[in-house]
Parts: sequence; structure tokens; C-alpha cells
Amino acid sequence: MAGYIFRRILQAIPVLLGTTFLIYFMVFAMPGDPLLALFGDKTPNPALLERLRQEYHLDQPFIVQYFLYLGGILRGDFGTSFSGEPVSAILARTFPVTIRLAIMALFIEFVGGVLIGLVSGLRKGKLFDASALVVSLIFISLPIFVIAFVGQFIFGIQLGWARTTVSSGAPIQDLILPAFVLASITFAQIVRLTRASVIETQSLDFVRTAYGKGLTRRRIIPVHILRNSLIPVVTYAATDFGVLLVGATVTEGIFNVPGVGRTLYQAIIRGEGPTVVSFVTVMVLIYLVVNLVVDLLYGLLDPRIRYVK
Amino acid sequence: MSNNTPSSNHFVAPLEETPLVAIDAVKVGDRPSNLWIDAWRDMRRRPMFWISAAIILLVLIVAFFPNLFTQVPPNDNCQLSNSNGAPTGEHILGFTKQGCDVFSRIIHGTSTSLSVGIIVVILTTVLGILFGMFAGYYGGWLDSVLSRAGDIFFSIPYILAAVVIMSVFSAYRNVFVISLAIGIFAWPATARVLRAEILRVKNSDFVMAAQALGVSRFRILIRHVLPNSIAPVIVVTTISLGAAIVAEATLSFLGVGLPNSTMSWGNDISQAQTDLRTAPQTLIYPSLALSITVLSFIMLGEVIRDALDPKARAQR
Repeated sequence: MAGYIFRRILQAIPVLLGTTFLIYFMVFAMPGDPLLALFGDKTPNPALLERLRQEYHLDQPFIVQYFLYLGGILRGDFGTSFSGEPVSAILARTFPVTIRLAIMALFIEFVGGVLIGLVSGLRKGKLFDASALVVSLIFISLPIFVIAFVGQFIFGIQLGWARTTVSSGAPIQDLILPAFVLASITFAQIVRLTRASVIETQSLDFVRTAYGKGLTRRRIIPVHILRNSLIPVVTYAATDFGVLLVGATVTEGIFNVPGVGRTLYQAIIRGEGPTVVSFVTVMVLIYLVVNLVVDLLYGLLDPRIRYVK
Repeated sequence: MSNNTPSSNHFVAPLEETPLVAIDAVKVGDRPSNLWIDAWRDMRRRPMFWISAAIILLVLIVAFFPNLFTQVPPNDNCQLSNSNGAPTGEHILGFTKQGCDVFSRIIHGTSTSLSVGIIVVILTTVLGILFGMFAGYYGGWLDSVLSRAGDIFFSIPYILAAVVIMSVFSAYRNVFVISLAIGIFAWPATARVLRAEILRVKNSDFVMAAQALGVSRFRILIRHVLPNSIAPVIVVTTISLGAAIVAEATLSFLGVGLPNSTMSWGNDISQAQTDLRTAPQTLIYPSLALSITVLSFIMLGEVIRDALDPKARAQR
């Protein structure tokens, strides 16, 4: 196990270097003044430009700039935002809110998605299954911001069940609607994956054996079928964490949730290029770490994964 | 042939019962069958295929000939007195905030959204095939290098990457740049699918037969391995065309997509968001056009996947 963890972490290092380099390259190796390009059609004041120039070490050759920047990231220094507040301080303030929202969304999509997928798979071809498939396809093809606006319109404005924007402390009852919206993007995929996986597991020998032994459906469905169907679903959740990050940016922006996503959203809307770059880097790092942790957990749960080279 | 043990009588069939000619005979009149013909036979029986194909065809016609569908110019004759106005006889879906015709803007925005989808898909397919093909077929260090490169691009969610690229190239926001920004980080999905399929196919008997005949390695890859591995790529491509249209809309919504002067569904949705309370039609209809188009591409991809996968066909 220790060997597996070591190997996996070692594999993550080139990817970490590669992604940060790629982002840095995209921004700072382009012809012209990268800072002016980042501001688009706005003209920043010279004092700010000078501060940013020093912060990003733009007087140095490109490769030196990159390593200075990487060193900063490893020390937890992601630069400063436009208001002059260090990005790490903003993260400390906003991250807990995003985590709360993400946990609620993950809970909703897993419980709901797996339940509906299970029932669909068990009743393949019946009315419930057919309607679940159609509804999930519709959710897959709707962009997240459309779901957010429609949710805001129906539940916030017409029915008045939820607040259209979240109040400052982001209490749990205000986050319910945004969490449902955030959950809806991957929810449909989870339904479909669970369904396919349940159908496949149902036809396997050990399930037939369990029926042959005379076990009841009440025992076979949760213990034999469901547990063995969940492996691809959990795998999917890890790779699709990136979709959740983008979804959180849009959802938090629309519902005004004071999290990491909204900070990025507002920086994008206001055209604050350098802040955008800092926060995208942070999100990519979070994505990498989550994937690494999930991989390590796998090795712990499923010994077969540990021994494949 | 006479054997005294009772059981063996059952296993040795007398020669005259199964003449060799019957075993070797091939029905000359039968049409040859392969994966694609089987898939087509399966697909054309499914209503979902015809529905999605019809919608995609309609969207293509709208994109190429918008004037067949609306006589109202999308941007001229916009009158602020009509701002967020309700539908009237000639303007069946009402007006935008600027007083422009919603229906006409949707019709004229079609080609933008579709071009982004098509350019992105061409880019991801070409890059994905190049990377996946060489990584899967040649293996070894080339596979390691190409796959790690793919991992790096795959580790940055492609919309976030596109946000950064579009922020840098804020002076050059057009259909090509936005397609490049999306496509350059979306190809590893295609490459991974193709690589896995090539790993499976390259050990087939027909590859060995070609090797035995002395065909060069590269020629085997191009003539035998690649055509037999391309099926899953077509599925990914169809589905990702829908995803690319959504990506463009998301970027435009965030304000780093196409400039406001370019008509696109994403821009219209983005501009309508502030008037959700007063004029929901300005938001609902472009969203509907977007979703139906994306849904058709995803449905078509699923139908093709089912048709190409005999296992899925048997399960249905």
C-alpha cells in the first residue's frame, strides 16, 4: 500500500508541473504585454501595473518567472486580488461556503441519482425507466445557467419557496436551491450510469447464485446488486469533479453564494484578468488533489487497483 | 467406425449425414454484412434516430439559409419602444430588451453556435486521432509521452482553460478563437477512447495476417487498425458537438465569449438574464433552441453508440 501511495504521488508531480506551466505559458508567453492583454479594453492605472509587474516577476526571463511563480504556489502564495487582498486570504474566507454547497450537491446527486438509477435498472423497459431516461437526457442537454435561471424563476419568484439570492452568512436553508441546481448537472449522468451498471450486475453469476440460494430480493438488491454496481458511479464522480467546479462558478455567481466560485465569476465578469488566472490555478490544483485522493482511496478499497502496475 | 462403447456412438456422426459441401457452401446471394451495415439496420428501426436526425437537419438548414425562416432583420429596425415587448402577429416570440425580434435573433444566431460546435469537433477529432492513434499503436515511450501530455491537458477543466485563454485574447474574440480555446483542452477525451480501442484491435488476427504478408507497420495502422477502431470516436464526436455548443454559451454567458455584436444563443441568454422577472421570453426561447439542438446531438450519439455495440443491442 505504501508503495502504491508513493507511486501515485510521484505520478501526480509531472501533471502538477505541466498544468501550472501550461496556464502560466498561456498567459505570459504570448507576444505583447501580457498584463495589458489581461485587462482587455480597460486601461489599468500605472501603479497597479507596476505592482503586478513585480508580483509576476515580469522583468525576469520567462522560465525564471515560472519557477518563481511555482515557488510562490508551493508556499501558498497565489498573488493578490484587485482590491489588494491576498488570494490565499480570500480562499480562507470563501472556501468553507463552497465546501458546504458542494457537499450538499454531492449528497443530493448521489442519493437521488443512485436511487432513481437503481429503480430504473431493476424495472428496465417499464414506464418509470423510460421516463427517467428521457428526463435525464433533457438535464444533460441543458446548460447549468439555464437550469439555474429556470429554478430561480419557478421556485424563487413564482412559488416563493426559496430566496433568489443567498444571504451573507450562506445559511443551509438558503443553499438548498443552489445545491439542487449544482447537483442537476451530474445527477442525470449518475442516474444513467447506475442504471446501466445495475442491469449488467443483475445478469452476473453471483446474483443468480444468490437467488438460487433462496435469498430474498430485499437482501439481494442492496447487498449483491447495488454494492457491486456503485464502482463505476464513484469513478465517474471523481473525473467529473471538474464539471462541478465550473458549475459551482456559474451557480454561485447567479445565486450570489459567497464562495470561491463567485469570486472567480465576478473577476471574469469584471475582466480582472490576473485574478481570474489566480483562481483558475487554484481550482485546477483542487481538482488535481481531489483526483489524487480519490485514486488513493480506491487503492484502499479495491486491492486489485493497487497491483496493476 | 464400429465402436463397442455405447456412448461414443452419439458423438461420431456418420459422414453421409453432414456432407462437407453443405458446411463449406456460402450463400452467394447474401449481402455481405459488417459492423456498419448491422449498425445502420439497427439504427433505422429506432424512432430516436429519425427524430434527432430530422432536428439536426433542420438546424443545419436554418444555419445555412436563415432568410427562409424569417423576413424580419435581426438587428435593424430594433425600436426601444418595443423593449421586452410581448409577442405580436409578425413577431411571434416577442422582443428583446433592445427591441429586437427574439425569433429572428434565434434564427440568425444558429450558424454561430453551430460553427463553434463544428470547428471544435474537427479540432478535437484531428488532435484526438493523432495522439490516440500513435500512443495506442506504437506504445512504449511514445505512449508514455503522449499519454502524459494528454493527462496534463485533461487535468484542466476545459471551460476554465477557455476562460483563461479568452481573457488573454480579449482583443480577438471571434468564432475561430473561441473554438480554438475550447478545442485545445477538450481533445484528450477523444484520444483516450481511441487509444483504448486501438490497444484492443491491434492484437486481432487480421493485423497478424497483414504483418505476415509483409505490410509495413504504418500502413497496417492506417489501412487496418484505424478504420476498425474509429467507431467509438464517432460516438464521442457526436456527443461533444453538443457539449461544445454548451461551452460556447457558457463562455458567452460569463462575458468572455463572443462580443455582443455577434449574434449567438449564448449572448442572447446572457443579455436576457437581468430581465428574468419582467420578460422571461427573452431568456426561455434562446435557451430552448440551444437545449433542443444539444439534445439532438446527444441523442444521435447515444443511438449510434447503441447500434455499434452488439452487447448493448442484446441488452435492450
